[in-house]
Amino acid sequence: MAEQKNGIEPTKAAEARIPTVIADDLHIVYRVYGTGAGKGSATAALNRIVRRKPSTGVREVHAVKGVSFTAYRGESIGLIGSNGSGKSTLLKAVAGLLPAERGKVYTHGQPSLLGVNAALMNDLTGEKNVLLGGLAMGMSREQVRERYDGIVDFSGINEKGDFISLPMRTYSSGMAARLRFSIAAAKDHDVLMIDEALATGDRSFQKRSEARIRELRKEAGTVFLVSHNNKSIRDTCDRVLWLERGELLMDGPTDEVIKAYEKETGK
Amino acid sequence: MSTVSETTHDSAVAMSAPPSSDEGLTPAQRAQKYGLSQSGARPGLPEYVRQLWARRHFISAFASAKLTAQYSQAKLGQVWQVATPLLNALVYYLIFGVLIGTSRGVPDFVPFLVTGVFIFTFTQSSVMAGTRAISGNLGLVRALHFPRACLPISFCLMQLQQLLFSMGVLVIILLGFGQVPTWSWLLAFPALVLQFVFNTGLAMVMARLGAKTPDLAQLMPFIMRTWMYASGVMFSIDLILKGKHVPGFVEVLLNANPAAVYIDLMRFALIDSFTAAKLPPHVWAFAGGWALLMGVVGFVYFWKAEERYGRG
Repeated sequence: MAEQKNGIEPTKAAEARIPTVIADDLHIVYRVYGTGAGKGSATAALNRIVRRKPSTGVREVHAVKGVSFTAYRGESIGLIGSNGSGKSTLLKAVAGLLPAERGKVYTHGQPSLLGVNAALMNDLTGEKNVLLGGLAMGMSREQVRERYDGIVDFSGINEKGDFISLPMRTYSSGMAARLRFSIAAAKDHDVLMIDEALATGDRSFQKRSEARIRELRKEAGTVFLVSHNNKSIRDTCDRVLWLERGELLMDGPTDEVIKAYEKETGK
Repeated sequence: MSTVSETTHDSAVAMSAPPSSDEGLTPAQRAQKYGLSQSGARPGLPEYVRQLWARRHFISAFASAKLTAQYSQAKLGQVWQVATPLLNALVYYLIFGVLIGTSRGVPDFVPFLVTGVFIFTFTQSSVMAGTRAISGNLGLVRALHFPRACLPISFCLMQLQQLLFSMGVLVIILLGFGQVPTWSWLLAFPALVLQFVFNTGLAMVMARLGAKTPDLAQLMPFIMRTWMYASGVMFSIDLILKGKHVPGFVEVLLNANPAAVYIDLMRFALIDSFTAAKLPPHVWAFAGGWALLMGVVGFVYFWKAEERYGRG
């Protein structure tokens, strides 16, 4: 177990370390309805209501359990851990999108989660989705218009013909993912969080997006990156948090934590 | 530790403590020292209004996007925006006008009925959309940061756009049944604005309730249908009650019913034979009062739970 409060050796002088994100004993609990333990029939559901056993319909998932850390300006932090270990949930809580059950998160400015998937609509053309996604992220109309060409060029959607004026449901999954990433990456951020975005698209697009992420890092105060690709974590991060079952297992310099993680997972 | 916290509590803002003193501070104090704010906390009401105003383009873009996406899989496409309300009116005409015969004694029954159906549908679909505004868009709420009131407002705006299509159909029907445009048609605009504010307030109340209890979406159709029959959409309440003994409070309730108020106002504005004598007393006061009350109450009620939307 690494020391959690000041896990990383300060690369800069101590007075330069300005915190941008402080998580203080953070707990996140999801409540899921309709998990229907037992039979899914109406009589079974009625029976549960009559017998006053409401708990069977609602399940609580304690996704993050007491995580504390401090992130500083200029840091690039990787989040690793097996599937379902609470990485994405932690990011959403830092972004203020999921309410904390207990504990608090303090942030500098408004952290943004790199992802607009949910705002886009498959029935709309790529063109309209660029506008909608940009507005949803809080850009103004003029900003979207300014960056429109850049977004479309970056996505490479129009390389094989005029696809941007077709509805998104006609896109291949790779094309859709590329457009989503391009829209999301078009904005500048204070604290930027990226959730496995590097895995989208073909080889050449992956290279382009890695370069774009390094650019964003320069502009942003702090970058968080969730990924299962240890190589892209090694390439982009100087500090790593290792989550397992919602608990912070390790917090330290990239090499140290990844080594321990690879040993544990037997890679 | 405790002494540190007591002394820094007052001096932390004014004095710039040396950086090395961070070790002794609690996370909350360090956050205060570096000017960090709590993530996901609810902004104050004026700040919330400001944030909402900053997202006005998103609200309108989301509304028109939803409207466009709605029929994009259908072959006739956007024709359905006009055809759906028309078919609705036709069904009610067949059942109430022809079969049950509530048209007896109501002059200009078809314009009377169609106006009622369209105006009530506006409130009905706003409430239904509001109920699902948060619970049906959890993905969006959990992925992006924006004032959540964008969603119910956006859905109501979408219903308003839908209604404008319906009003186009209504104008054609009115002309077809021999109504001549008069200055009183202009009264339709203030009536619509007031109804829109009322709908939005109600939708925001429903959005908060529906976010906590998604089951409401199953229950609401029944409540809305009951409300529809009590609002005189396809019959004249006056004619039904004529000659029957009704307790005073029921009459007050029927006259104050916001849906009936907005329907009556629209009929008064558009239909010549629906004269001012048929309007309940103080109808404009009720229309404005309901809009103001519901708009303010709904908005504040919705804002109060702002930081809790998005939890399962």
